[in-house]
This record gives sequence, C-alpha cells and structure tokens, in this order.
Amino acid sequence: MSKLHVSTTVNGDSVEFLCDPRETLLDCLRDKLNLTGAKEGCGTGDCGACSVTVDGRLVCSCLMLGVEADGKDIATVEGMADGEELHPLQQKFIEYAALQCGICTPGVLVAAKALLEKNPNPTEEEARYWLAGNLCRCTGYDKIIRAVMDTAADMREAS
Amino acid sequence: MALDDQKSVFKFVGTRPDRPDGLDKVTGRAKFGADAYAAGMLHGAILRSPHAHARIVKIDASKAEAHPDVKAVVTRADFSDKVEFKPGLAGEFWNVLENVMAGEKALYDGHAVAAVAATSALAARDALKLIEVEYEVLPHVTDVDKAMVADAPVIREGASDYSVPEGLHPNVVRYHESGHGDVEAGFGEADLVIEDSFTTEATHQGYIEPHACLASLGGDGKGELWCTTQGHWIAQKTCAALLGIETAQLRVTASEIGGGFGGKTTVFIEPVALALSRKANRPVKIVMSRSEVFRATGPTSSASMDIKIGMKKDGTITAAEGIFRLQGGAFPGAPGDMTAMCAFAPYDLTNVRQVGYDVMANRPKQAAYRAPGAPMGAFAVESVLDELCNQLGLDPLDVRLKNAAHDGSKASYGPTYDQIGLVKTLEEAKAHPHYSAPLKPGQGRGISCGFWFNHGGETSVSLALSGDGSAQLMVGTPDIGGSRASMALMAAEVLGIPYENIRVTVADTATLGYNDVSHGSRVTYASGLATIKAAKHAVEKLCERAATKWGIPVDAVKWEDGCAVPSGPNAGDFDPLPLADITANMGATGGPISGHFEATPEGAGVSFGTHIVDAEVDPETGKTAITRYTVIQDAGKAIHPAYVEGQYQGGAAQGIGWALNEEYIYGEDGRLQNSIFLDYRIPVASDLPMIDTVIVEVPNPGHPFGVRGVGETGIVPPLAAIANAVSNAAGVRMRDLPMSPPRILAALKSGDG
Amino acid sequence: MDYHSPASFTEASALAAATTGVTRFLAGGTDVLVQLRSEMVTPDLLIDIKKIDGVSDITRTGDGGWTLGVAVTGAEMSEHGELGREWPGIVEAMDLIGSTQIQGRATLTGNLCNGSPAADSVPAMIAAGVTVTVTGPDAERIVPVEDIPTGPGKTSLARGEVISAVNIPPRGQNGGDAYLRFIPRTEMDIAVVGCGVSLRLDGDNVTEARVSLGAVAPTVLLVEDCASAIIGTALDDAALDALAAAASAACNPIDDKRGTIAFRTEVAGVLARRAAKIAYARAKGEQA
Repeated sequence: MSKLHVSTTVNGDSVEFLCDPRETLLDCLRDKLNLTGAKEGCGTGDCGACSVTVDGRLVCSCLMLGVEADGKDIATVEGMADGEELHPLQQKFIEYAALQCGICTPGVLVAAKALLEKNPNPTEEEARYWLAGNLCRCTGYDKIIRAVMDTAADMREAS
Repeated sequence: MALDDQKSVFKFVGTRPDRPDGLDKVTGRAKFGADAYAAGMLHGAILRSPHAHARIVKIDASKAEAHPDVKAVVTRADFSDKVEFKPGLAGEFWNVLENVMAGEKALYDGHAVAAVAATSALAARDALKLIEVEYEVLPHVTDVDKAMVADAPVIREGASDYSVPEGLHPNVVRYHESGHGDVEAGFGEADLVIEDSFTTEATHQGYIEPHACLASLGGDGKGELWCTTQGHWIAQKTCAALLGIETAQLRVTASEIGGGFGGKTTVFIEPVALALSRKANRPVKIVMSRSEVFRATGPTSSASMDIKIGMKKDGTITAAEGIFRLQGGAFPGAPGDMTAMCAFAPYDLTNVRQVGYDVMANRPKQAAYRAPGAPMGAFAVESVLDELCNQLGLDPLDVRLKNAAHDGSKASYGPTYDQIGLVKTLEEAKAHPHYSAPLKPGQGRGISCGFWFNHGGETSVSLALSGDGSAQLMVGTPDIGGSRASMALMAAEVLGIPYENIRVTVADTATLGYNDVSHGSRVTYASGLATIKAAKHAVEKLCERAATKWGIPVDAVKWEDGCAVPSGPNAGDFDPLPLADITANMGATGGPISGHFEATPEGAGVSFGTHIVDAEVDPETGKTAITRYTVIQDAGKAIHPAYVEGQYQGGAAQGIGWALNEEYIYGEDGRLQNSIFLDYRIPVASDLPMIDTVIVEVPNPGHPFGVRGVGETGIVPPLAAIANAVSNAAGVRMRDLPMSPPRILAALKSGDG
Repeated sequence: MDYHSPASFTEASALAAATTGVTRFLAGGTDVLVQLRSEMVTPDLLIDIKKIDGVSDITRTGDGGWTLGVAVTGAEMSEHGELGREWPGIVEAMDLIGSTQIQGRATLTGNLCNGSPAADSVPAMIAAGVTVTVTGPDAERIVPVEDIPTGPGKTSLARGEVISAVNIPPRGQNGGDAYLRFIPRTEMDIAVVGCGVSLRLDGDNVTEARVSLGAVAPTVLLVEDCASAIIGTALDDAALDALAAAASAACNPIDDKRGTIAFRTEVAGVLARRAAKIAYARAKGEQA
C-alpha cells in the first residue's frame, strides 16, 4: 500500500508527513520530523520513554499509529520550554539531580507536566502512581518524585 | 600507600552544582544512540535463532538479497577469519565474535544468525522473513546445576581453561579457589554451624535505552562508528578485530548513554552494522528492540551456592566456607571468581575458603552488571549470618561489627586492607533512627553488608586552556551518571576557576588516548585522578609563564585560588597573576597551554556499604512491600554528593527488583518467556519508598582527593538485606531469588523457604 | 497492511466482511499495536473505528443505565464522576490497566476483544451484567460480555462483526460492585488473578450477586457457586469462607511466567473475599 499523508500540529507547528500505516507516531516524530526527544525504550507501552500528549491527553507515542495523528495536536518534550525559559519541572530536574543517564527524562517530564496540569497538588502516592508507567533504571525515583513534588509546591505558590 | 599531597579542604568539591549536560537532557536535545542519522543511511535488522541450541545446517538469503529494498545481507562469513579461538577468557575476541554472529551453532534463543540492511526499518524487518535458515535442533540446558552434571549437553568442547580441575563437565570453563586458615578446625570451635543452599536467577541490567549504533565502513578499511557504549575504545578495538581492520582506522564516538550498568561494556550490533555498511557501501543504523535486548544482550549470571558458617555464642565467626556456581550463558565469563572473592570480604576471618565455578549454558552471554558476581554471594552469606544471629539471639549489626574487616585486616581473598570504611558504615547504621524505629505487625527488618573491589584501569585525560581563561577538559569515559559534573568540579578545584568555566567533553577515539570502559566504579576515581593530574600539569605550565614574566625561578611560584603567586616573601613582591591574564597572552609567551595525564592508576580503594530495609509481607498473598530503605556507604570523598546519593538510590532500587520480581524465565523449550518490560518486572515509581542515604567518607589513600568509586557497591547488600527483612517478616527463611509472591506464599504454606 | 477509518459501524462491518485476510479493529490500539510491532499479528486490514460519531460518548440511557462508546478511554471513564459513583468496580477495573499513558488510549471494548483471560475490565463487566451491542453485516445483536471471549485471544464474534457499544445496566438501589486483582508489583502488570463482585442488599442480606474470576481459566469465569455462597447471607465469616472456597474450586488455571496453579487457586479465594467485602460496604453506602 502506498504511504498515507498526515497533517498534524506538533508543539504548535503545522507539519505534514507521509507514513506507512504500520509506522507509529513515535517513528514519525523521530524519523520524519527529526524530533528525537521522545525515546523508544520498549515499543510496547511499558516504559513511557516515548510519552507525548495528544490533544492534551498523555499517551505512549509507540502505541499510536502515525496516521492516527492526523488533525491532532501533539506536544513533546521539545515544546516544554518557552524559548530560553525552561518549564519549572525542567529547571527543578536539573537542580535536584533528578536524572542520571537522562534517557527516561523526556518522558518523565512530559508525564509530570500532564500530572501537574490535572492535579496541581498531588500527594507523593499520587505522583508515584501517575508516573508508574515511566520506568527509570538509574535513580530509584527518589529525586524524580522530590523534584515533581517541589515543583508542584513552587507552581502553587507562584499562581 | 597514602599520597603525600592528599587534599582534605575543598572549595568546589563537595558542592552540588547543576550538571553540564542538564539542559540538553531536559529539553530532548541530548543525542543518544538511536538519535543519529546520516545521509544515505540504511537500516539494519538481525535474524535471531528461535532455538536454544541448534546446528545451523544452511542459511539461504537469496530471496532477501534479490529484494530491491535490500542492499546487503551478512552472515558469519562476512567477519574476519583471523580471530582465534582460545580456552576460557584468553580468546575473548573470538567469544564476542561468536556471540555477535553465530558460527556453526546457534547457542541460545535470540542468537544472531544473519543480518540485512535495507532502505527503511520496516523493509529491513520484512526482509528478515525472506531468509531461510535450516536448523538441526540439539538438546539444550539453561540451569546452572543441570549444566554441570555428567549427561548435560556440551555447549563447546575445549572452552575450559587451565584453572579447571580434572573430572569436571566441559561446561565448567573456569575455576577459582582461595582463602586462608583451617576451616575444618574453625567449624570445630563453633557453638553453631549453619550450612545452607541458595539460588539467584539471572537478571538484566534493564537500561531503558536499547543498544543502537550508526556505522560507516569503506572498502579502504576506514570507518566511523557512533554507538551507545560504556567504552568506545573497547568497541573500537573489538570491532576492528572482528572486521579485520586496523584499530586506528576506526573512529568511534560515544553517544549519550541511556544507562549501562555494565551491560554496555562490550559490543553486540556494532560489528554487524559495520559489516553491513562495508558490504552496502552506505551508512547503516541498527537499533535493537527491547525484546532483542533481553534475548541477546548480557543478563547477569544465575547462581547456585552452598554456604557454611560457624559462630560462637558471642557472635565470633570461627570459619566460613562458600561454593559459588555461576552460569554465564554459552561463553566463558561468569564471574564465579568475583562472587567467591567478594562473598566474605566484609569480615575479618581466621578461617575462610571459597570456591567459584564459571559454567556455560544455553543462554545469552552474560555481561557485567554492577559489581558483577558480588550481590549473589552477599545474598547467600548474609542470609546465613542473619540466621545465625536469629538462632543465637544476637543483634545482627553487633555481630557484623564484631567481625568487621578493618584497616590492616587480611581480606578473605588475599590482600591486606588499607584504610577502609566498613566499621564506620556499621556504626552509622547503628546510630541511624531507622535501625531503632518500631516495626508494625507483618513487617520485618533486614540488614546486610556489601563489598566491591573498585577498579582503576587505563586512563587518558587532556585539558586545554582558552585565551579567555576557560578550560576544556577531554575525558574518555562515557558519562553514565553525572561524571562530567564531577570532573569539572575536580578540575575547578585544581585550577581555581569557577566550575561553570570548564566544559567537559567525552572525546572520541580519534582525539584522545586509550581509555578503559566506564566500569568497575572507576570513572570518578581514575578519570578524576587523571583530571586532577592533567590540571596540575597545566598549572605547572601556568606557573612557568608567571615565573618567566616575573623573572624568578619556577619553584618560587605557587598556584593559589586561580592565580600564580610568589611562593614566599623571598620570591619577590608581585601581585597575584590570575589564570586568564596568563592565558590571554599564552600564544606570545610560549604557545597554547594544555595539561594531560595518561596512566593505569592502581589505588582504586575498596568500598563497603551497609543497608537497612523494612519489608511488609501480605500473609494471604505473599506480596512484599518495601516500606523503608536506608543506604549507608563509604564514598571516600563525595565529589558531587547529589550524584553519589543517586548511585546509592539506584543501586538499592535495582537490588529491590532483583530480590523481589526480576528474573529470566525460560520455558522447557529453552526460549526466554519474558522478553518485554511487561513481564520482566523492574521496579516502578509506586513500588518504592524514598531511599535514604548516608554518605560515609573514609578517604581512599590512592586518590588525591580521597575518592572511592561508588557505582557498584550499592547493589551488593540489597538482595540479602531484603531477603533478611522478608524472612523475618514472614517467619520463614527465603533461599531463592526472586522472592516472588508465589514463592513466598508457598513458603508460608509449607513453613519452609 | 491497509488502513481504513470508516464513518459508521455498518461501513466498518462491511469492510471487515469483505476481506478474507486478517482484520483488526483499532480503538485505543494498546494491544493491537503491541501485536503489530512484535509481528505476532500483522493485520491485512486495520479498521480504525474512532472516526465514527459517538464512539467517545458516555450516555445515560432511559432506564438509568449507561451506554459507552467503544472508543471511550479508561481516563475518560475515571474522569466521569457519576459513572464511577454508580459502578466503581467497573471504573476501577478499567483504571487498573497499564499506566496513565495506557489509560489515555485503552478501552473496555479493546480489553474485551483482546480475548485475554487476564483482562481486568472483563470480570468487572461480567459481574455487573454488562452487555455489548454487536453490529454485523446483516443485523445487530446484544450479547452478554461473558459470551464474547471463547479462549485466549479468541472471541465469539463472527467475521464482519464489530462491537458498537457497551451497555451498562442501571445500578439501582442498594447495590455495590468491586474489582480486585493480584499483581506482583503495584502497577503495570497483567493480573495473576482477578475478581469482580457485584451485589445487591436488602437490609444486611445479599439478595443478588454475580462473581467473576479472571486469569484462572482459559476465559474469564462467571461463577454461580460464588454467588450462591453469599446470596441470602449478611456476608458473615461463614459466607466469606464459602465464597473463597467456591472461588478456589472454580479455578482451572495454568502454571506460567506470571503465577502457579497453587498460587492462583489460593489467591482467587483471597480476592473474592476482599472484593465481596468492598462491594458489600459500597452497597451499604459505607464506602466510596
């Protein structure tokens, strides 16, 4: 079958690409749009490294076809900062050493941002369960959870 | 040997600045293995054996080769025929070659047998289905004990090296025995002797980034390789040997690495991508799927162990003996020797004997995993110690303190310890509020000590100063956990310029001398030592320039707080000369100023840790929750304490996974049953509590700032500490890992683990 | 692989009926894409049903029940306050599946059609008496959920048939449901055992009950003996013992990488007991 034409919005930019129907949204982001911030850690929806939002909803981009992105609004880690200004979560992750190797970090940040947008005042348990689909093998999650909780507190104070 | 100039007061070291690669890693800009693309690039894919053990009768790739999207197909014939087979680890290049592309036999489920390069990743995957392989299936064995019995299938004749005594099965390929004293006499002095057996399953390092590379190799024997690796010089050396090209003609660049934990210290797909590239004359990218990572890259060894320890009523250990059988896949290399040497290392023992076996089976080639071999032995030994304490009514920390190795103790594996921190970690554990906190019903507490050697290794570092007084530091050890930050801190300490003014780069193989792999917890120690020496080398030159400018002898100039200053009142009266003032004119005063250092440092300094863990067991389902965890470990000197804590926490988390849920599960057919993260269950965020850390600092005499490696020791105590906590909570001794709910429930029902 | 996104279930059904190759319907895709990627199943025809009107709607029916579109995600169910207050067991069962990310895509219908005996939402739906509307090439039919799975990975749907709606009955007075599963971690695992309970009370006594077990047999089970063990009781210890015994007795599990026969059999009883207590408390209005 010939390739399918997809028009979509990624981080606010209108983009178009051609894809095989078997290609995932993650394949398309990385290989067609050169947005390599989302990572493939498993390809089965078990690790969350490919997390993006689609119309504001947190999903694994490895579990969505590229063709399904047509007409949607996609947000990736590349769109988190506002120009030079990092998102508070990005800032806090650096400050708290909440990353070691950094491969899970884009997915964790996208997921944590979605959490704080839905629930600005999560308990530690809520944050841990929300992020349960984002595997991190380096940190033991301790500093990640602290960074998320403290960012939430900062953002509540600032708003 | 203590270095005479060991520093103990610091300006930068011990602070927690932002890591230099932080911004790249929170914005998605950092380039990992799979993030590289090249013009004209092809995609490679690897065909893997579905059989645990099979003779490869015939490979017919003609249909794949005929497909218009396919640009190259390679098999073993496309690799060097000059790589020589030798017994044991003497022929490691051959072992690696045999692992990256099967020869006469497929040796495990997932073993590579052929590969294609095609115009897209989908086309490459589709093309694999066009390759026809005829197998003659052979009997297989995956269990370590079964692999040693007389009628076990032989994986490979002639693989046993000189160390193996007569009469053992050919699958036993290396043997280790060490110790001192008279263990039989020691057992005779004991009031209680416990003898018990333990097993652990193979676990995977579980890095989130699958192996990935982009290779380009021309018919002229010159190549470029980009890959995710813990050591690009070993990748360079190995790939060159496997492809039959000169080492220096292959330039290897290490990508950002998405976790390794020992598993990326060797090559898997890199030689295959190079072979495909050479054949197709185009760049080839290969990215492993998660399933390929589990099936075909190094898990750790599985182990079967027998422990016997004698103790007096007062807690004195009179004798200790351990037999450790480690299965390392279809190749020599299972670290039975390491397990044996580490098992009793925390204790000052009069009588000790340890035996280690390296055993082959039809599983993927084991790779290093964080303190390779040590966690299994600690699990077995520290479980028996716990049982002795329980039966004698002794406090487990007191008993460990009573027997703890200290400065000057003769280690169980031979040498005499220099300055070590075990006793300090035990004292900190005893004083920690965790140890005296009350437990709730259903909870149990466990402790364990752990030991790891740490490593030095071949190291090169180069430091170049810029005209504006900033510095660029080139290291050769891939940054697997924040090492660029600690290197910059150490260089700042010596140069006396701000941390932010130093840019640290992980140099490629063409721009720096040889560097051993980022393993053995060696990076902060060895690259750190080399960084300090390279910076000092630059400082010598800076002082020379100042001396020339001032017209005084160079030994009358010293370096203080980023400035050259006269060494004393007799040297003359000159204002301090800042680094940037010297570098501003360096072109005219003798040329560019750089420092470098190359060596194989030998003073890595052993490391000890003590862990305290609380576990709660659901008596109706056997499910375990880790409710509290504290890591206490000697870092020598913590350069960037936040990343030291991170290593402690990460080691504990991996240990929790190993203890409770992670395992390689093989079916009767020898195929791996759980090659995805759904069923290879690493801890998720909701599984874990916060992990408290205590950094003990007993300086390592072998490092200018006192650093000991911290990366590996943290995974040694958890298996035992958790097993002791679970056993105490459940009231039954758990002897087999993982302590999965079905296993715990069965133990609760039968009253015996 | 051909990809289509029809505008109606009739069209979807016709597309599926017209092909002889492997067909998969795509709703959330959290199972279909895993199978596609691992090359376990590469469909010849993939029919995306998310462009059909109403598939994302949660609608109150005239009799006080609910109709859920087949593309309603777990996240949308969890966010729908009223549905969760009436049928917390169904909503929680769905919510247990996978991660937050999976919840953003996964659907009840997909969970059902995947045919896994370990599907979390299925025991909860069976306990609740949920039915599905099946649109075929010639007609539409209403089928109880328990009649859809026929074995691991297999369903009773004929070629050309597609589930077009999920029908949840009215909760009514004094009813409560619950679903519990056992997994070794706290999240992200497939159920080793699952148990759904729905019951109704008259005062302290159970008058109606449905108990369903997952991952203990080739299909999710509706266990009559478990229901009879508690109907007519006030869920006292004797009733709970009888319930647990009936649950364990109904098990016909396998030893596999996720659990043993002995473990599943034992834990089925434990979960039945625990789930029944929650459903009972909910029916009494003592627990959310």
